[in-house]
Amino acid sequence: MLANRTYDGPPDYRNVGLHGMSPETSHDEKARFNFLAHLNRHLAGKVLPGVKTAYEVRVAPTHPTPKSRHDVRKALLGDPLFQHWSAQRRNTMELRQQAGRWVTLRQAEDLITKAREMTDGDPRLKLDPDLEIPPYLAKIDHHCMPGSYHDELVPGDVTGAANYDVGIFVTTGGGLGRFSDGGGQAVVAWMEKNRPDFAPKRILDIGGGLGQNVVPIAQAYPDADVICVDTGAPVLRYGLARAKSMGVNNITFVQANAEDLSMFPDGHFDWVQSTMFLHETSVRAMPKIMKESYRLLAPGGMVMHVEQPQYADDMPLYEQAIRDWDAFYNNEPFWTKMHELDLDQWMLDAGFAEEELVHGGVAAVVDTELFPEHANDEVEDYGRKAAWHITGGEKKAA
Amino acid sequence: MRMEIDPLKLAGAKPRGKRPFFMEDTDVERVMAITMAVAQELAVMRERLDTIERLLERDGTVTREAIESFVPSRAEAEERGAWTQEYLARILRIYQQDIESLSVPDEPTSEDIGHELAQDND
Repeated sequence: MLANRTYDGPPDYRNVGLHGMSPETSHDEKARFNFLAHLNRHLAGKVLPGVKTAYEVRVAPTHPTPKSRHDVRKALLGDPLFQHWSAQRRNTMELRQQAGRWVTLRQAEDLITKAREMTDGDPRLKLDPDLEIPPYLAKIDHHCMPGSYHDELVPGDVTGAANYDVGIFVTTGGGLGRFSDGGGQAVVAWMEKNRPDFAPKRILDIGGGLGQNVVPIAQAYPDADVICVDTGAPVLRYGLARAKSMGVNNITFVQANAEDLSMFPDGHFDWVQSTMFLHETSVRAMPKIMKESYRLLAPGGMVMHVEQPQYADDMPLYEQAIRDWDAFYNNEPFWTKMHELDLDQWMLDAGFAEEELVHGGVAAVVDTELFPEHANDEVEDYGRKAAWHITGGEKKAA
Repeated sequence: MRMEIDPLKLAGAKPRGKRPFFMEDTDVERVMAITMAVAQELAVMRERLDTIERLLERDGTVTREAIESFVPSRAEAEERGAWTQEYLARILRIYQQDIESLSVPDEPTSEDIGHELAQDND
């Protein structure tokens, strides 16, 4: 019996949606994911609010005039509660990686064989073994995920992708839904509400990884040809096998760098989408990505980039500093710079006119029967909350 | 096909990028990391025990196969989740008290009060 309280914690991991590439998990492996989802929620809901109080009562008074979020973060580094919360948050991410990697590596042979059987000879998997991994991905393993999206332990490897897939539940406490696709579902919901007559024939998802956010788009527009581009072969192999096993057959997974998509002609796509991708690139890459997105867009089409909110002047420096945490301590190095950039200006520089720009906000769309609806959640795990901003552009019809 | 993948060695591998430490004494942080990993394993054990208890109540017997395939009902999952919340509140209690103490910065200690109570003049 619940002791005089309403349950507000994460759902059981056993509610996560299974597909044809889902690794098998033992009872104790599921229990480990459950614990880690709870630990993340505890740190966000019970400890992080205290960090804010500590900032107000003992950090800010001794550092009264911070000029930037970096001043705030550096001042926080001297506070014992911030130190403990940070040490716990980093350690929890490492525990999550270890838990997921154990699950996937112990059955590597099965997963790799399954992916091979499901993708061998399929023209919807286009790999480029000569593709150079861009420095922003090669230099550091994002979110402390050893091997990132691209390393292969053995030929045909998909274990890194499987680990990424099983762990999203843990990091977000289930906030992205059964298939970790709350972001993609949110994008679809926005499009259906705001552009009900939009009927894209070709859709491009850049930096789409294993495709968890493009699958709902492909499902919502079943007549569209969908291309998912990423630099990592393991996520693409896994992504195609995963999508096929879910009965989604209109996505082609292409290994390419979003800075140079010259294999596609001008105006080829009616919709160019990126979901939580730009923050894993660089200042040098972004203008190229933005220009390519504009070039590839057909008249009448839409580019949509989905990210956490930018650091606007009206966002308190404390909030900016906490949102920056992943940049400095969770191997998301470009996160901080990306969130201070003037995205509208970059869109204009890429070719859009002011009146073609589109803005909006979306929150994860999940099966709220079992999964937490973080959009209306009082727990704010800054930078990881399942709610985002849209920066988009619509090319005027010819 | 035998693959050259050693899960035990690779599962805990270090990601690229130098690891940050936050505490002044990094050994304290190492001990914290070990403690939390042990806490994780105790939670795993507790969930397993809970599963066994529920299977025994339901079936009067338990097999490893039944443990592996057990899926709690929503009410059962919430009971288990509530236990995990309570468990975390217990083992991370020191943070709760640190946070509560932030709102009483000049709070006297028992020694301060004892000293005060030992005075016979106002």
